Amino acid sequence: MFTAKDYKSDQYVRWCPGCGDHAVLNSLHKAMAELGIPPHQIAVISGIGCSSRLPHYMNTYGFNTIHGRGAAIASGVKIAHPELTVWQASGDGDCFAIGGNHFIHACRRNVNVNVLVFNNRIYGLTKGQYSPTSPKGFVSKSSPFGTVERPFRPAELVLGARGTFFARTLDVDQPTSLMVMKAAAMHKGYSVCECLTNCVILNNGANSWIATKEDRLERTVVLEHGKPMIFGKERNKGLVLDGWNLKVVTIGENGVKESDILVHDATTEDPTLHLKLALMDGPDMPIAMGVIRAVPTECYDEAVHNQIEEIQAKSKNKTFDDLIGSLEQWDM
Amino acid sequence: MNSKEKTMLKDVVIRFCGDSGDGMQLTGTLFSNLSAILGNEIATFPDYPADMRAPQGTIGGVSGFQVHVGSGIYTPGDEADVLVAMNSAALKVNYKVLKKMGVLIFDTDSFDKKNMEKAGYTTDNPFTELGLSETIQLVPVPLTSLTQKSLEDFGMDNKAVIRCKNMFALGLICWLFNRPLEQAVHFLGNKFGKKPDLLKANTKVLTDGYNYGHNLHLNISTFEINRTDELPKGRYTIIAGNRATAFGLIAAAKKAGRDLFLGSYPITPATDIMHELAARKDMGVKVVQAEDEIAGVCTAIGASFAGDLGVTSTSGPGLSLKSEAIGLAVIAELPLVVVDVMRGGPSTGMPTKTEQTDLLQAVYGRNGECPCVVIAASSSDNCFDYAFQACKIALENMTPVILLTDAYLGNGSALWRLPKLADLPEIHPHIATEAQREGFNAVTRDPETKVRYWAFPGMEGFAHRNCGLERDAKKASISTDPANHALMVKTRAEKVAQVANQIPPLKVEGNADADILVVGWGSTHGHLLSAVNRMNEEGRPCALAHFNYINPLPKNTAEIIRKYKKVVVCELNSGQFATYLRSHVPAEYLQYNKVEGQPFNVGQIVDYLKTL
Repeated sequence: MFTAKDYKSDQYVRWCPGCGDHAVLNSLHKAMAELGIPPHQIAVISGIGCSSRLPHYMNTYGFNTIHGRGAAIASGVKIAHPELTVWQASGDGDCFAIGGNHFIHACRRNVNVNVLVFNNRIYGLTKGQYSPTSPKGFVSKSSPFGTVERPFRPAELVLGARGTFFARTLDVDQPTSLMVMKAAAMHKGYSVCECLTNCVILNNGANSWIATKEDRLERTVVLEHGKPMIFGKERNKGLVLDGWNLKVVTIGENGVKESDILVHDATTEDPTLHLKLALMDGPDMPIAMGVIRAVPTECYDEAVHNQIEEIQAKSKNKTFDDLIGSLEQWDM
Repeated sequence: MNSKEKTMLKDVVIRFCGDSGDGMQLTGTLFSNLSAILGNEIATFPDYPADMRAPQGTIGGVSGFQVHVGSGIYTPGDEADVLVAMNSAALKVNYKVLKKMGVLIFDTDSFDKKNMEKAGYTTDNPFTELGLSETIQLVPVPLTSLTQKSLEDFGMDNKAVIRCKNMFALGLICWLFNRPLEQAVHFLGNKFGKKPDLLKANTKVLTDGYNYGHNLHLNISTFEINRTDELPKGRYTIIAGNRATAFGLIAAAKKAGRDLFLGSYPITPATDIMHELAARKDMGVKVVQAEDEIAGVCTAIGASFAGDLGVTSTSGPGLSLKSEAIGLAVIAELPLVVVDVMRGGPSTGMPTKTEQTDLLQAVYGRNGECPCVVIAASSSDNCFDYAFQACKIALENMTPVILLTDAYLGNGSALWRLPKLADLPEIHPHIATEAQREGFNAVTRDPETKVRYWAFPGMEGFAHRNCGLERDAKKASISTDPANHALMVKTRAEKVAQVANQIPPLKVEGNADADILVVGWGSTHGHLLSAVNRMNEEGRPCALAHFNYINPLPKNTAEIIRKYKKVVVCELNSGQFATYLRSHVPAEYLQYNKVEGQPFNVGQIVDYLKTL
């Protein structure tokens, strides 16, 4: 069996000291060991950006490609060889700006790739420009007076593109990261994990609202399929539906019982509730972490191969010479 | 003239033209196939309008199909011996193609006032208006009403009836050129096999068209076209260039023992390659219709990284979009085949028209020092051979190869002698073996050829990291070391340059002892060879050196070029290959260029060569 060390390459990890990416990388090594797939059967694909350096730090097959194209290249790897386990590492710029088109189409097709999007809401490698997920008004080198544009909310993009899997974790929260990564690997399809990461140099404190364990207990709800949406230090807070909206209630207050709390179903095709959960934000609502959506659906790579096998079983053309023989032809 | 009279012809050029809904492509294709089965060589030139369906009867909607049949056929012909015009707009667009004293068969029903106005005629005599009346043989046939009469008992609606009038014209042409109808009916069976009513109607109209010519003794002689004796004996079919390209890719994948993967995005005039490969699931071809051109090439690169033969097909604007990714395949040293079916540019340009204007883009159009192999097919049928070669070079040398064809080759068809897989050259992909296992990384290479070894996910003991960043020449880790970068740039260049050891030497055709050397590349071979042959027949010595291998050039290029007093580079652009040759083989080059979105005209080349 494998240990985390088996997945670590000999390369010096060049992220800044204190960068949240280190924690995600450690979780990934550990998750891979727990999943137990031999390193040579894994391909880790990335685009460009701080997070896209990740393949260099893996002892698997790795390909650090060009900006924004990770989804397309990872799709190619997986469609060519579905027997491989394919991971994609990306960032908020790589995935949602320059690579947005490939990303939404990979979601739509449901290619069986596990995607870690390191969302730190800033461009790090180019040293400090706002990204498509930076909040409106964000001051950066390319927005000295604050941005005037509206940011993407990644979950909306995934669900809008008919994604079948969406999960969220925080860099420093290893238990949730492990759970999310393993669930992503088990899900057949384009499994998008939004990893909220902290850029210590350029956007320090972006996740300070939920940075400590204590705060996370009160300010996040870790969703698990089949379990009630309960959170809080005392585990006495929960989510219920109030009309069309989600509402936080306290168990034991105003007659609320534990059985009144919504039970999470990650597998519903209808994305309405998943979207509501994914878009919850403080201070009034907890931020949803864990696997928010995981709908079993046929994945593209498998469908491509199934169709080929089906046609091959039916076709009279077994070889290239058969194909040529099937053309209209005559002697000259 | 008497209809019983038969004139023997060495070759004949026929152009069918009509509204894009008139079925001219089908008519032309059927006639080409018929002629080939009867022992003629053929070359076809479909000339489509750019619009989906322009308004009926207007100039914008005219579609044409020219076919040259006979023996010693290298081009679809400069001028048509017979022009079939289904309406007055088609005549207006195509009349210049008709030879002096050529035969014009036209549908009198479509030359009424309304249609003539739509086509923009200002008088009621189109022939005098176009200056044609004295110089051509007019064969007026009421094609529409005769077709309606032919199908009056079929209970079809008028629209469906009129759609059959192309078969009346084809029947007439079959009579004119003594093509037996049985074979045409057999082809119609293939086309309409699943729609017996349509098959019956089309067969009836075809036969009536033939009989119309036969019974009414049209006032022209009929013709017999010489059978060819120039082809090697064997089994043949007719193939369009794009289809031949697709078959070449399939054959190479089979020969190399790798799966074929196509990532592509629809683009005129390359899409037929994707159509053909998408239909070839029986051959195990994986096809992804990607979300854009970039994803097309990137999925192919991903597939190559995973051990497949990754291919992407496109045309000029798509090649521009793929540039960065091709650079990735260059630095990551992955096999990749990029097929560029060139069209008129720049930008969207003229999507349905032919041009050779992507040459320098293919050779140089990437950031950084970024060499890759560039080759070009030179006939519709040899698209098969060069697609096969592109794959062989890519897989054996771990490099992207750009294959240049164009709209003329891709859409045009030629006779193709059917290959057997066993007779094709072997392909040995440069896959890592036990000998490379120890310390394997992304830059482990053959020290002699500089070709990197290929290892892909799934191969135990070879796991490695590859990337688009500059790598250390030994350790393959990311490096910005100045001397290392210089070494890597040189290594990649040497690897591409040594492909010259694997390609055939440049040949000289025509009169090798002449003073004049015509130089061409790619799709113009048929036109240039015809022109050079004509010069030599007229006692004006002329040689031809035609290139299929652009980068690297054949090793004997300089030796051949420097033998001639006058070297003229002929190409369908403003002088891109001439520019390229000037930097690689400095010499004095004359240029003969045409950038009209149309193939060369042999007569015009000959006229030019005579001025040298």
